[in-house]
Parts: sequence; C-alpha cells; structure tokens
Amino acid sequence: MSIKMKALLKSPWVFHLCSGSCNNCDIEILDCLTPRYDIERFGMLLVGSVRHADVLLCTGVVNKLGESRVKRVYQQAPKPCVVVAVGNCAASQHIYRGSYAVGKPLDEVIPVDVYIPGCPPKPEAIILGVVKLLEKLKKG
Amino acid sequence: MKILFWFLIIPGFLFTSTVGLLASWIDRKVTARVQWRVGPPVLQPFIDVVKLLGKETILPRTADKITFLTAPVLGLVSITLISTILWVMIADPKVGFLGDLIVLVYLLAIPSISVIMGGFASGNPIASIGASREMKLLLSYELPFVLAVFVPVIKAGGIIRIGELLSIQAQSGAFATNISGFIALVVAIICMQAKLALVPFDMAEAETELIGGPIIEYSGTPLAIFKLTRASMLFTVPMFLVVIFMGGIVLSFPGIIWGILKYVLLLVIIVLIRNTNPRIRIDQAVKFFWGPVTVLAILAVVLAFIGV
Repeated sequence: MSIKMKALLKSPWVFHLCSGSCNNCDIEILDCLTPRYDIERFGMLLVGSVRHADVLLCTGVVNKLGESRVKRVYQQAPKPCVVVAVGNCAASQHIYRGSYAVGKPLDEVIPVDVYIPGCPPKPEAIILGVVKLLEKLKKG
Repeated sequence: MKILFWFLIIPGFLFTSTVGLLASWIDRKVTARVQWRVGPPVLQPFIDVVKLLGKETILPRTADKITFLTAPVLGLVSITLISTILWVMIADPKVGFLGDLIVLVYLLAIPSISVIMGGFASGNPIASIGASREMKLLLSYELPFVLAVFVPVIKAGGIIRIGELLSIQAQSGAFATNISGFIALVVAIICMQAKLALVPFDMAEAETELIGGPIIEYSGTPLAIFKLTRASMLFTVPMFLVVIFMGGIVLSFPGIIWGILKYVLLLVIIVLIRNTNPRIRIDQAVKFFWGPVTVLAILAVVLAFIGV
C-alpha cells in the first residue's frame, strides 16, 4: 500500500452531505464528535468545505431536486474520496420509496462504498461503518 | 550555500515546520483535553500534511490560476524566512543589519496577505468575505502591534537591531520585567492571537459561518502548504515575542531549557485564550484593537520614554 493511502486512512476528513434528510442522522453524526465517542482520536475531522474532504457522509433520501446537487458536490470533492451512506433513507430510500418527490436512490447517483443502516444509526454504528470502510480500503 | 542550508534545513523550513506541527499537535491535544476528549495522536498533523500532499489539486474555473497557486507559497516562504533570521540572530547576535526588526515586522504581515490573495483569487463569494475580514483584521491589529514593538527599541536606546536587543537584554534582564515592557508584551500577545487567526479572532475563517473562509476552495498540495504556514506561525510568532520581549534563548545547557519554557508559556497562553473565548464579530474586533489595545500600547510607549 502506498504512503498516500496509508496517510489517507490515518486522517480521513469527513464532509457532511445532507440531502433531504430529516436531520436525525445529522445529529447522530455530530454525536460522534462529542467527548463520549471523540472520533478525533482516529484523526477524523468534520470539515466545512467539500474541497477538504476525504469522506462524504451522505444522509437522507435523495429527492428529485437534490439529485443534480449531490452529483455536483461529489464531482467537486478531490479524489481519492469515498462515500458513506448513513441511515436507512440513504441506503434504501426507506419509507419514502415510491414517493412523488423521490428520484433515484443514492447509489445510482454517486458510487457508494459503505452503507450504514439504522433510523437513525447509533454513533457506535457510524464509527463501526467507517472502521469497516477503512479495512476495506486497506485490503485494496 | 550556507544560507541555502540555513533556509531549507536548520533553522529554516524543515526545523520550523517540524516544531510548528508538533506545536499544533499540542494545541489540538490540549483543546481536546479541555473538552474532556482524548485527542489525536502525536503524529496526526504530519499525517494530515502527507495526506493532503497526495490528494488531487482542484483549480476552480472562476479562479485566477497563477495568484491562486502562488499565494500559499508566498506565505510559507516568508514565515520560513522570519524563522531563519530569528534563529540565526539567536545563535549569533552580531549577525544582522540596521533595521532588521523592521524587515521582520513587515515579513510577519505577509502570511495574512497571502491568505487575502488566495481568498480573493479563488473566485468564491464566501472566500471573498473571509478575505475582506482578514484584511480588516490585519489593519486593526497592525497598529497596536507596531506600537508594542516600539517599546523594546526605545528601551534599547533607539537601535533597531535584533542582535542589539538581545545583547542588551542579556546584560540588564528581559524587557518584560519592566512595567512598560510588560504592558507591551500583553498587547503583543493579544495581537499575536489575531495574527495566528485563532479564537476569538478567527472570524476570517469562521468554521461555522464561512466554512473555512479564504481557504474554502483550496485542496491538496496548496491546502497542505497553508496548513504548514499556519503551523510554522504557531512556532515563529511566539518565538519573535520571546526574542524581542523575553530575552531570547541562550544556546547553552541551562539557558536553552529556560528558552523552551518561555516559548511553552506563550503557547499555553495562546491555547488557553483560544479555549475560553467565543468568536467575536469583525466590527467588535476593530473596535477592540483600535480602542483599548491601542491605548494600552500608547501607554506602554509613553512609559518607555519616561524610562519606567
């Protein structure tokens, strides 16, 4: 594994991409920063600009208006960049499947690496999901 | 050749950025401990920089390409130059020329100017707001900072040479032990907080409202250079204050420990101010610097003229 990838695994900066979510998953993501979980131990930081991001945490069901925006945000992120779908909505559209406002699921809009189910997922589940993602990247 | 070695390795680029990154780790760790968290491992700032070097560099379509890419380099070069000059002076006070203190004060403004340049060149409205705030902040803190730097010069009998300041302090004690020197040091510490763009004066890149401010469009290598500049400043600006107010560092066995303790004291003050204050608005900052802080600085200058 190259030193570039090794460094990426040790300091994944997270950008929080919320598209049509009910804000529940977002609050759970913020919980990960609290003293109880403290993801800065692993070098993870929540960044405000997508240009600084290594990981996109996508929450919410992608509605028809949001689709093109989600795609654009993904294109703006510097590569290598991985995508994590947080919550049932982002993973499978959940109860909104078939709604008039909902278009394609997230993984048809942008490539998704890891799904974290739950409504909302616990902070432990989110951290576990990211750890699994890092293991996947380690294997290649 | 020797100058190139000084500039690139010790005490220039390599030394400054290494110690600066360690200092920024201390800053992050202490912040984490204050917030009852564990905090990042020691090597975290280094890993961040290596990671950013390996990322893709994106040029926004609206950006002015040349200015956008040269701005971060300008900041890093000037901060490295400051550190080199300072440490060469510390090693041998006789080196130097008349007026080198003025050169350093000018060079200390360039990292902020590079941030302004980068922000305006990136063609992002949020970056422009951040850059204009940085400019106002620069205008507001430069006045008291320069007044505070006056005080050691007056005390040294009007000689504007860092070597002279160091040798006078070595004979008759640090300037900060006088009343006027101490007031000037307090003023300089407040200005330093603004120079380093740390809370409460981080309105230029306010994370929660301007999401990074001037550096919002930067990614990959230029962002890494900005991070290195920021880390080097965390080392160099307190060292500048140590040299002109607190007697510098003597490069012999007991002296060097005292010198390191002086630097650590300033670093602790920076981290404590940063962790116990909210961010203030830009108009409040300008009022604060041109009001009470400038009055304090003028008081220090007057006291220094009287000889207290």
